[in-house]
Amino acid sequence: MAVIQVQRRPLTLVERTYLPQLFGAMATTLKHFLGPADTMEYPEQRPAISPHYRGVPTLVKDPKGREKCVSCQLCEFVCPPKAIRITPGSVEPGEGLDQVEKAPQAFDIDMLRCIYCGLCEEVCPEEAIFLQSQYSMSGYSRAEMVNHMDRLYELGGTLPDSHRKWEVKKAAEERGGEGH
Amino acid sequence: MADFFFGLPAIVQGLIKGIAVIVVIFPIAAACSMAERKVCAWIQCRPGPNRALPPMFAWMPGSGILQRFGVFQLAADGLKFLFKEEPLPDRVNRLYYILAPVVAMIPAFTTVTVVPFGAYFGPDGGVIPLALANVDVGILAVFAVASLGIYSLILAGWASNSKYPFLGGIRASAQLISYELSMTLSVLPVFLWVNEPGSAGSLSLARVVAFQSGASGWGGVWFLFTMPVSAFIFAVALFAETNRQPFDMPESEADLVGGFHTEYGAFKWSLFFVAEYANMIVGSAVFVLLFLGGWNPLPWLPLARLLGWMQHLTGSALWLHPLAAGLISIAIFTAKILLAIFVFMWIRWTVPRFRYDQVMKLGWQKLLPLSIANLIAYAIAIAVLQK
Repeated sequence: MAVIQVQRRPLTLVERTYLPQLFGAMATTLKHFLGPADTMEYPEQRPAISPHYRGVPTLVKDPKGREKCVSCQLCEFVCPPKAIRITPGSVEPGEGLDQVEKAPQAFDIDMLRCIYCGLCEEVCPEEAIFLQSQYSMSGYSRAEMVNHMDRLYELGGTLPDSHRKWEVKKAAEERGGEGH
Repeated sequence: MADFFFGLPAIVQGLIKGIAVIVVIFPIAAACSMAERKVCAWIQCRPGPNRALPPMFAWMPGSGILQRFGVFQLAADGLKFLFKEEPLPDRVNRLYYILAPVVAMIPAFTTVTVVPFGAYFGPDGGVIPLALANVDVGILAVFAVASLGIYSLILAGWASNSKYPFLGGIRASAQLISYELSMTLSVLPVFLWVNEPGSAGSLSLARVVAFQSGASGWGGVWFLFTMPVSAFIFAVALFAETNRQPFDMPESEADLVGGFHTEYGAFKWSLFFVAEYANMIVGSAVFVLLFLGGWNPLPWLPLARLLGWMQHLTGSALWLHPLAAGLISIAIFTAKILLAIFVFMWIRWTVPRFRYDQVMKLGWQKLLPLSIANLIAYAIAIAVLQK
């Protein structure tokens, strides 16, 4: 790398009085003084959150409105701070969950423990748990900071699903394809 | 009403005027603290304090605007200072520790008494300045009493028994001495001009305004334009004397925690705060009187001519009534002071703080020689002009 010698010319008398700089700075601050605020008045105005944001973990349903989680408990096992607690339950016929064998009876995520690492999302074979756009969690008690299943589904909503894993599998099984 | 007022005994008149000034200055000084926060916020592209709104005022029309301008925040802060616990650190010198904020307030409010803040016209058409004490020593009294304010900083710094306040107090005293010289020398040309040979000598501030009240020629020009260097030196020294940025060495949060008031809290701290703004108001008032034409609306447009026009336009003699003239002149004067205070704040949030050695260098090596040269140049010019 070539060394570039910066030519520092001596300051002129006017510059040494510090006044041109002062007035220039005052013009700048006046511009900001008259201009609009750059900040957002938070609780009323909310920032736009990127779809890639990884906020509070949530449970999502498939496009048909069915529960996706099959309570395999992989997320519970992988969760580094042990924030997830799942009570597995069985699926009764007629519940609309014929494609799977199990569904969670209870699904709790303790947000006081969660470290937002996203491992649960990564490990989930059913793509049922996602870290989504909610960025603020607050509550008045420890109990309030535990997200139960209904809350998790409420936060999660429904995400589009292009794989349709179980339908494809079922269709393949009915066709009697190789390996089924 | 005016006759009734002037019929009162002199002491009652003085008391009423004194209370009026305190009632006006104290809220203005307090409001300045909110203005400071707002100006700071706007310059930094923030909205500033705009949340506080007690539910009991929410029904009031216009309370939303007051809320946006932080008026209730100001009231809440003031009440907080009154009601919160007054901490008294363990190893301070109790007497001086408590005395220091009081000493800060006294000169701040005393100087107001000799500052004329308006004028009305007597029956003979002569200008009668509105002041609590229109003394002949005018500017001298302001300088003498205002410099006493530094004792509060030194007392606070020393009585706190803590090193940062102590350094702040030392800096305050050194800075005051350095800039007091330039300040005094910078106003001398004004008074050389005002005291023409042969006339009775006076240091009255009202007289300086009278010399800027001409309707034509050199008499109508404000001294800011005829003596720009004086005005500049005075303004810089004013920043230094009121300990405003970029000269707030005694406070200097970056290197002295909180400077002289590090150990202070609650109401005592707020007294320092109000005193600082009261000093700024008086300093701005003196600057306006000396260099910005006092209560005259514009150069070559003295108060008398403005009121004459208004009388001519409306056909009412009410404009020259002492009360009307007094109120208009006070309004003009106050507007100029508020503008000057805005400039104070504007500069505070524009330039960074000087280093201590830079402050000393600027004071002794730059401003002082400049003010002496300025004085000599103007003394010669005035001697030639007023021969």
